Amino acid sequence: MSEQTIKKKIEVRGATKIFGKNSKRAAQQLKEGKSKNEILKETGATVGVNNATFDVYEGEIFVIMGLSGSGKSTLVRLLNRLIDPTLGHILLDGDDIVQMNKEQLREVRRKKISMVFQNFALLPHKTIAENAEYGLEIQGVAKIERQSKAKESLKLVGLAGYEDQYPHQLSGGMKQRVGLARALANDPDILLMDEAFSALDPLIRKDMQNELLQLHHDMGKTIIFITHDLDEALRIGDRIALMKDGEIVQIGTPEEILMSPSNDYVERFVEDVDLSKVLTAGHVMVKADTVKVDRGPRVALRLMKQLGISSIYVLDNSNRLLGAVTAVDALAASNSEKSLEEIIITDLPMVSTDTVLTELFDVVSTASIPVAVISEDRKLQGILIRGPLIGALSGDNKFINSDGTVNLVEQTDTEVNKNG
Amino acid sequence: MDELLPRIPFAEWIDIAVNWLVTTFGTVFDGIADLLEGIVEGSVDILDMFPSILLAVLFSLLAWFISTRKIALFSLFGLLFIDYLGYWYSMLQMLALVLTSVFFAISIGIPIGIWGSQKENVRKSVVPVLDLMQTMPAFVYLLPAIFFFNIGVVPGVVASVIFAMPPTIRLTMLGIQQVPEELIEATQAFGSTTWQRLSKVQIPLAKPTIMAGVNQSIMLSLSMVVIASMVGAPGLGADVYRAVTQLKTGEGFEAGLSVVIIAIMLDRITQHAGKNKKGGTTL
Ligand SMILES: Nc1ncnc2c1ncn2[C@@H]1O[C@H](COP(=O)(O)OP(=O)(O)OP(=O)(O)O)[C@@H](O)[C@H]1O
Ligand SMILES: [Mg+2]
Repeated sequence: MSEQTIKKKIEVRGATKIFGKNSKRAAQQLKEGKSKNEILKETGATVGVNNATFDVYEGEIFVIMGLSGSGKSTLVRLLNRLIDPTLGHILLDGDDIVQMNKEQLREVRRKKISMVFQNFALLPHKTIAENAEYGLEIQGVAKIERQSKAKESLKLVGLAGYEDQYPHQLSGGMKQRVGLARALANDPDILLMDEAFSALDPLIRKDMQNELLQLHHDMGKTIIFITHDLDEALRIGDRIALMKDGEIVQIGTPEEILMSPSNDYVERFVEDVDLSKVLTAGHVMVKADTVKVDRGPRVALRLMKQLGISSIYVLDNSNRLLGAVTAVDALAASNSEKSLEEIIITDLPMVSTDTVLTELFDVVSTASIPVAVISEDRKLQGILIRGPLIGALSGDNKFINSDGTVNLVEQTDTEVNKNG
Repeated sequence: MDELLPRIPFAEWIDIAVNWLVTTFGTVFDGIADLLEGIVEGSVDILDMFPSILLAVLFSLLAWFISTRKIALFSLFGLLFIDYLGYWYSMLQMLALVLTSVFFAISIGIPIGIWGSQKENVRKSVVPVLDLMQTMPAFVYLLPAIFFFNIGVVPGVVASVIFAMPPTIRLTMLGIQQVPEELIEATQAFGSTTWQRLSKVQIPLAKPTIMAGVNQSIMLSLSMVVIASMVGAPGLGADVYRAVTQLKTGEGFEAGLSVVIIAIMLDRITQHAGKNKKGGTTL
């Protein structure tokens, strides 16, 4: 996302929800800084969400994560006012929905914001097609038009052909696809998903995550996704908000959350994360030793000798990776006056910077030369060596590049110059 | 005792109130009486235009359409048997009385039930009234009904309507409130109006429960026919009543059996009407 195109889709300002009779007194006590538990004891009121302030940008997947009872569901329901906030403001495209009357609010819910529910909430007396049509039906859209739109969105989620079935005839994963299709049929800007995948078993869940990412990529909707599962949050979130006792304790990219947890709570939350699914090649690669192709085999051989390595990577003049040469070949070439180009091994194991570790193990364990990590335009970013990779996996920060890149081009140049 | 605590003259008050109502709204009650009498007698006349066999076949086909073949066959033989016993016309009179009462009990009861399901304070005031209506001996309704509507079929219908209405109201409220919160939330999230939520989601899902209420209302209304005959409502009930007062055991048994046949028929048919044949309503 580039700086200029960022537009605030949702702005939440000091949103607070207190459940129960004494909400006024509880709000006062909240201001005085009392904790959720103290307030519950003294007033009997439950703090659902406490003073949440954040922005959601257009087109991003914003994940809200937290333990059970931390206020995720309450917070997401404030965004379409299924729950009225006790205090605070919620702006969609700059309009404060807290100030809206019933009519205006209904219009927003019909056109701008749709929701997908944890337990699907399909209408059992309606067919799949009728379920997907529901949002359009209540807007008074003509039967033919809404049927074709519903059909389209069912196709989008891979349920073409199931139009005439009833919800009870479908599996959980399929039901949630219907839930998604129903939300998409309205063509809303914003999609609210409250633990939409939590009721599904792991494999289906992963499929659904992938499909959601694909849909998001194709349609570019703003998605607010609630989950209590960190792996899920890290997989699909552009940014993640972490909640505790109704408060948002940290907002950041998955990487920020993981690499610099802002307090103990976040740290505890992330300590059990399966790093192999989160860390990428960019995080664990190390500096590569390289030589420019026009330096010739002698320079290459000398470099390898100095560094004590048996192979070296060869770059062209714009730092693109051409291949590697081994010390043995370089020695032979310098004796027979061959050029470097003639002895380059081009058939190298290569991965891109954003490949996750789980997908790296195979490549790394079978490669005879360290695996090269390259960017999209084939520039060499670094290499993978078993030691640091395992170190990173064990959570040792020493082996994790916090920004996911290794600055290596200049170093190699100076080295080559120094040795040249 | 009697001297120390003066008796509160409830009975007198109620008499005064009833008299006042009769004199003030006399024309209104006359209008209602004419309407009800017209409906009941009109439907008897229409039904009586058909030959009994044809009507029996038509009823059975209707039963088949709504429920099962077994119930249809039972209806056919049951009706023919009633005709054979010679109670056909009495049966039509009773059916007209029951169906008219049920029609009004439902038409008034379902809206009240829907209203009560939406508003807690309505519910809180309706439920005690329902309790009272159901525990009050059915005879008691007859007395004011006679005052307002004279004797004949009309006070019978009115008493049956009042007596039969509570289950429909109760089960309509229950059925609508039983719709899971998450479905309500979903309909809200898509921007439904209150009426859309009710008509497209809550009422269709409450239908089996509402129909169970209707079924009970029909049964209660049937149980009123003998009582209604005491104020002059004609029909099978009157036949039973006459047989009892004249100690004609055989006749009483025949007429009573005919009532039972109709009761089973209506019960089974309405029970099936509540079940959705597509099987889509399981929650
Ligand atoms: N309708 C309600 N009335 C009273 N308290 C409520 C209500 N809804 C939620 N709460 C309270 O608000 C707090 C936040 O609940 P919420 O459902 O938002 O949590 P959550 O993070 O979604 O949890 P979960 O992961 O279990 O779904 C809890 O303490 C809960 O008891
Ligand atoms: Mg929740």
